[in-house]
Amino acid sequence: MAERRFPSPFEVEGPGGSEGWEELYTYSLPFSEDRRSYEESVFWFQDGIHWPDPLTPWDATWYEYAIASLSQYNTRHYLIPPALGIDYRVLYGYAYLTPVPVTDPAEIEARVPQFMERAGFYFMNWNDLYDRWVAKIKDLIAEMEAITFEPLPEKEEMEVITEGRGMGSGLKIQEDYRRLLNLALKLWQYHFEFLNLGYAAYLDFFGFCKEAFPNIPDLAIAKMVAGVEVDLFRPDEELKKLAEKAVELGVEDAFDAPSAGDVFARLEGTPWMDAWNEAKYPWFNFSTGGGFYHQDKIWIDHPEIPLGYIKNYVAKIKAGEDIHRPLEELRAERDRVVAEYEALLATDEDREAFRQKLGLARTVFPYVENHNFYVEHWSHSVVFRKMRELGNVFVKEGFLESTDDVFYIKRDEINEALWDMYSAWAVGTSPRGTEYWPREIARRKRILDACKQWNAPPALGEPPEVVTEPFTIMLWGITSDSINMWLGAGDGDGGGDLNGFAASPGVAEGPARVILSPDQIGDLQPGEILVAPITAPSWAPVFGKISAAVTDIGGMMSHAAIVCREYGLPAVTGTAFATTTIENGTRIRVDGSTGTVTILD
Amino acid sequence: MREFVLWFDQYRESDKPRVGGKCASLGELIAAELPVPPGFAVTVEAYDTLRDDTELRSNVRKALAEVDLDDPDSLELTSRYVRDLIEASPMNPEVERAVKASYRELCAACGVEDVPVAVRSSATAEDLPDASFAGQQDTFLWVRGEDAVARAVQRCWSSLFTARAISYRHETGHDHEIISMAVAVQKMVHPKAAGVAFTLNPTDGDRSQIAIDSSWGFGEAVVSGEVTPDNFLVDKVLFEITRRTISPKAIEYVLNGSDRVEKAPVPDDRRLAPSLTDHEIVAVAKMAKRAERHYGRPQDIEWALDRDLPEGDNVVLLQSRPETVWSRRAPRPVARPGQGLLDGIVSTLLSPVHTRDRLATTEGSDM
Repeated sequence: MAERRFPSPFEVEGPGGSEGWEELYTYSLPFSEDRRSYEESVFWFQDGIHWPDPLTPWDATWYEYAIASLSQYNTRHYLIPPALGIDYRVLYGYAYLTPVPVTDPAEIEARVPQFMERAGFYFMNWNDLYDRWVAKIKDLIAEMEAITFEPLPEKEEMEVITEGRGMGSGLKIQEDYRRLLNLALKLWQYHFEFLNLGYAAYLDFFGFCKEAFPNIPDLAIAKMVAGVEVDLFRPDEELKKLAEKAVELGVEDAFDAPSAGDVFARLEGTPWMDAWNEAKYPWFNFSTGGGFYHQDKIWIDHPEIPLGYIKNYVAKIKAGEDIHRPLEELRAERDRVVAEYEALLATDEDREAFRQKLGLARTVFPYVENHNFYVEHWSHSVVFRKMRELGNVFVKEGFLESTDDVFYIKRDEINEALWDMYSAWAVGTSPRGTEYWPREIARRKRILDACKQWNAPPALGEPPEVVTEPFTIMLWGITSDSINMWLGAGDGDGGGDLNGFAASPGVAEGPARVILSPDQIGDLQPGEILVAPITAPSWAPVFGKISAAVTDIGGMMSHAAIVCREYGLPAVTGTAFATTTIENGTRIRVDGSTGTVTILD
Repeated sequence: MREFVLWFDQYRESDKPRVGGKCASLGELIAAELPVPPGFAVTVEAYDTLRDDTELRSNVRKALAEVDLDDPDSLELTSRYVRDLIEASPMNPEVERAVKASYRELCAACGVEDVPVAVRSSATAEDLPDASFAGQQDTFLWVRGEDAVARAVQRCWSSLFTARAISYRHETGHDHEIISMAVAVQKMVHPKAAGVAFTLNPTDGDRSQIAIDSSWGFGEAVVSGEVTPDNFLVDKVLFEITRRTISPKAIEYVLNGSDRVEKAPVPDDRRLAPSLTDHEIVAVAKMAKRAERHYGRPQDIEWALDRDLPEGDNVVLLQSRPETVWSRRAPRPVARPGQGLLDGIVSTLLSPVHTRDRLATTEGSDM
């Protein structure tokens, strides 16, 4: 076989002006000479599903917490027989992952009974444990919500003296920040308590269907398992209810007001405002992105976003359109699909196994579908708000020029900055931070701007013969086919076609609208084809407008795939290069049945 | 009383031996409300009127007694001679009246003067080696006018005496004199495209799929194997097109200027064009699924896309028979006996399905 490999992380050329990028992260995160021989010996893929853009120093926290927590469950909790964790690095701000397999067959063998005992307990008690999980997450969120960051007082309150507390506000703010970090790590431990097992059960059903029906479309399997009512759809449902309420109350003109503040001023005192207030927490703790970046806007903090969607729904209702998801029809269709495939199986034993595996997949799937709202949307929104509170404290002390600059400080450096602030407050002199941080943050912004210009390669290092690591396949949808596609794309003989997953059937032609950030969503015109690196659940309302969707990243179970199937729109996901190949306004044809995107112009 | 003609939609169960397998099957499909073009059976009683002609009978008997079965030339000569005798002898007037009257009725029902029909033999099982043998030799396409129809019926009758049929009956000990056959006269569609379909994937037996072979013009090009057809795979439950292979289609059977079906090269601009639209692919698949539902087992169908019918309503079913290759094999169960849910998950983790596919294809293509 010809020498086909991806560039080494040590040879790949970085963007000009990015010098010093390594200093933006925990020392263990960048590729380094210290571990070069290991790092060069394995295959790394860029995780554009979760981290398509360069990470700011604080946002790298989520990356590290998430991947370490995922790994910990495979390696130390459940002893997944063939898999340890996922190793992770950063290169010029971009996230690169490599799965760590268990290679010794004897060790795999030895892990099997332990896995069965441990995972078996979870599968057997899934519903109880999941109920407890929801309660745990809600407690955790309440605990985070209770944390507040305030500037240090000019002098301590009298009670500190009279109650003999013997400690002051400077300790508290440092403690609270550390507590927030610990809660954030706990959040990610909870996140992976179920996820890997859930995907394993899903993949088992998937494998059974593929063996029984070698040509069954992936989406048929997804359709049989997916829930009809899912928490992730709930924010969109709430928007629809608010739109209906507005029409019912005859207050729909209020949405024509020029700003969110004006809309609320007009609606003040109406029952609609009560409905809004009831819906917004928790459901509008909803990120316009994947929830991992502080830049992604959160509905509850940017009410103009949900209000804009509500206005669109109001217009649809006025035009006589039914905006409800046809739940009964969706359920009936799901039952039909299951019954027909079941009837086509060869034997009664197969039908029994099919029902059992489907049963387990459906038991685990609510977690797979719902956790995202609780963790990445709701909890992250809370953490980002708390961090901004802290940012405001730093702004007030002159450490930062603006609130969001706090995300340009590494998570552990914040302890040092708090120390500097506290220490100067205690001593009664000036901190160094007021000079140091504005200068340092300006430098970091320049570096990250340079990194943003970089075209991060989809993979690094030696490609594996065959991808066997189950979580790479399950969680990232990376298969030998996608690797070959990346290798082939570099050849430059691709012609006018892009290939990806046939994620939602049908064919559509139209002008492309390339959306690189959630802020551009408003540019979408009816009938256009959405072309984006990836879509987020909070984009749901725009799917009523577009005629098809194409993404760089994601597989059959990606958000764009699920929503397009729901809306009956063609979708091709995981094309890797759509946003870099297709230009705004170019006419394209999307064939969601074959996974092909053709550039027509 | 002898009945020489029976309409496809008028059979009773007891009529089946009188109309032969082909006609019986068409009648059953019509009864199941599948879109089968109308027509009628010329029954075995009609064929049996040949026996009333004592001179014909003795001439045929004599010729067959003299044939040297080991000599292909002699066999061929005898066959030609016997067939000429049958085709030249006048048709029984009652049969002729019945056939012509039914044909006129069909023309009236279709609202077409001299409606084109296909005239095919409809064998009763014992008479001929196999159905495909019968079907290949004696199909007359695009027959128009009552005289031409009557003549085509006679030519079907005579096809019982092809060289192969004579020698087959000799080998198997069937009596030349008691054999019989029925003939199907069916309105013909003028197809844009036509072909066959299986209600499973013939390459791997996957029952969740419908495999469609399709090419331009009359279906004979696909059935005879003279063209490499387009091939489509459609999921039977979701009606997703799961695979499409467009082949260069070199020839097609089309109507020529003198209203006859003939083989012609496919013009360049259509050779590599898909012979069916997505919508049509799904329509064919849906009809195939209905046929399978009706019979309760996998089917092998012939279909055509009628130019003269409105879009969405233009797929017609020409034949449906049980699929025989995969249906005869023992079922291949997927469930591993004694394997619990957790064992299944462990083996899934140890060998995810994508890997298995990949390993299989890598192994297959390595050398």
